[in-house]
Amino acid sequence: MILHDTQFLWLMGTLLGTMCFASAIGLILARRTTTAKGKEVVANLNARINSWWVMIAVFICAVLIGPTGSTVLFALISFLALREYVALSPTVRADHRVLLWLFWGILPLNYVLVGVKWYGLYTIFIPVYAFLWLQIRAAMAGVTEGFLDRTARIQWGLMVTIYFISHAPALLMLDIPKYSESGQNFKLMLFLVVVVQMSDVLQYVCGKLAGRHPIAPNVSPNKTIEGFAGGVGLTTLLGASLYWITPFSFIQAGAMAFVICLMGFAGGLVMSATKRDRGVKDFGALLPGHGGMMDRMDSLCFAAPVFFHLTRYYFM
Amino acid sequence: MLELILIFLTRLLTGAIPRSHGFQFEPVAQRIYYANHSSHLDTLLIWSLIPRPQRARVRPAAAKDYWWSSSWRRYLAENVFHAVPVLRHREHSDDNPLADLEAVLANGDSLIFFPEGTRGNGDAVQPFKSGLYYLVKACPNVSLVPVYIRNLNRVLPKGALLPVPLLCNVEFGAEFKMAENELKADFMARAQTKLEALIPE
Repeated sequence: MILHDTQFLWLMGTLLGTMCFASAIGLILARRTTTAKGKEVVANLNARINSWWVMIAVFICAVLIGPTGSTVLFALISFLALREYVALSPTVRADHRVLLWLFWGILPLNYVLVGVKWYGLYTIFIPVYAFLWLQIRAAMAGVTEGFLDRTARIQWGLMVTIYFISHAPALLMLDIPKYSESGQNFKLMLFLVVVVQMSDVLQYVCGKLAGRHPIAPNVSPNKTIEGFAGGVGLTTLLGASLYWITPFSFIQAGAMAFVICLMGFAGGLVMSATKRDRGVKDFGALLPGHGGMMDRMDSLCFAAPVFFHLTRYYFM
Repeated sequence: MLELILIFLTRLLTGAIPRSHGFQFEPVAQRIYYANHSSHLDTLLIWSLIPRPQRARVRPAAAKDYWWSSSWRRYLAENVFHAVPVLRHREHSDDNPLADLEAVLANGDSLIFFPEGTRGNGDAVQPFKSGLYYLVKACPNVSLVPVYIRNLNRVLPKGALLPVPLLCNVEFGAEFKMAENELKADFMARAQTKLEALIPE
């Protein structure tokens, strides 16, 4: 029973406290800010904080339901992310069948494989079989104009929004000695999600407070060297100090958090480049303040598979 | 209950993001929402975006050959979104194809209407048929709201059975009325321009 896990309760208590603290700061800033530009930033900050409350509530509910709850939640996240991704990728009428397979066939099947813990098939299902089948199905549709462009776009979307994201609930299928027997894997998933999201938050906060020098001016003008260094440094410390919920030691947890931060940053960068290419600022408008689901998940997409495999290779 | 399920499904499939270009639902008025037509789901999407208190008095025009072609579609059309069946091909040449819609307007209800007549390919707005003009002429006090729907033709294109989920933007333009003694050609051109002005780059 998850509710009897004291480590989980401590983590949730800390999270709740942090959120209350954030909301209080948002309230104070809203009262004190007078300039028009400042008001805009604070309004966005408060929209973000309010969205965080909703996201955390949904996530905790899913975790409390158990492995199925988490898997279904991430399937839904993939669904919403893919919906945004495909809306931005030009396709032709002939691709309709391919897209149907994507949404109603490959996506659910991928998460079923996660749910039944069939690692061997899960890990090759999308990169081998789904890729083969989608390419075949697209060729069968008979429209060759822009064939490679269209299919490549669809396949990358499949990779990012389904395969990569599903590595977060896939952590539940790992068999880690002295950890998994007592059903503690959900805390490993929490570690990943907390670290990757806190890395985004702390990079944002450090960037807003001290950001001067853009780190990638052509791709993402809001990302700064100061934000990156501060965010990654603080999150690595935070990750290390969360070692007690993981199978890692203090140093190992810090190293894992460091890798998660780097991959998360890379994910944000790649998705920014994608958005620039498509000429949009956000993927969608699902999460007020953040943008779309993909805008919140970009860092998790890249961090989840690497974290999964590092854990699987070194701790199983 | 069914209404909520239908709206939920529409949101799930399309994200249904409304964007206003000088249009507000309040205060309540009798309106004709006229939109580009690229999918059978157009009707449902616009209907689902109208605020609940007003929705009960908005009657969408729906293609009879699609929405009345199976018993469950017919049930939804008649009992959930209270559609007005529109014949796309006249059975008798002396029938007034707009009679049912005019009756709805005379009753004080609002309409969702597709002046292109048939579904386009989703790329450009086709020239309007004159139906819109005659409807407004029969009920000159009604406000017109241009609505441009983007992407929906990709969700359920012509001839497709199953929908693919995609984000669709719905652009609502500012409302306007027919001017007194406005000529048919002028009105039609004006209405078409207002809708085309909503197409995002």
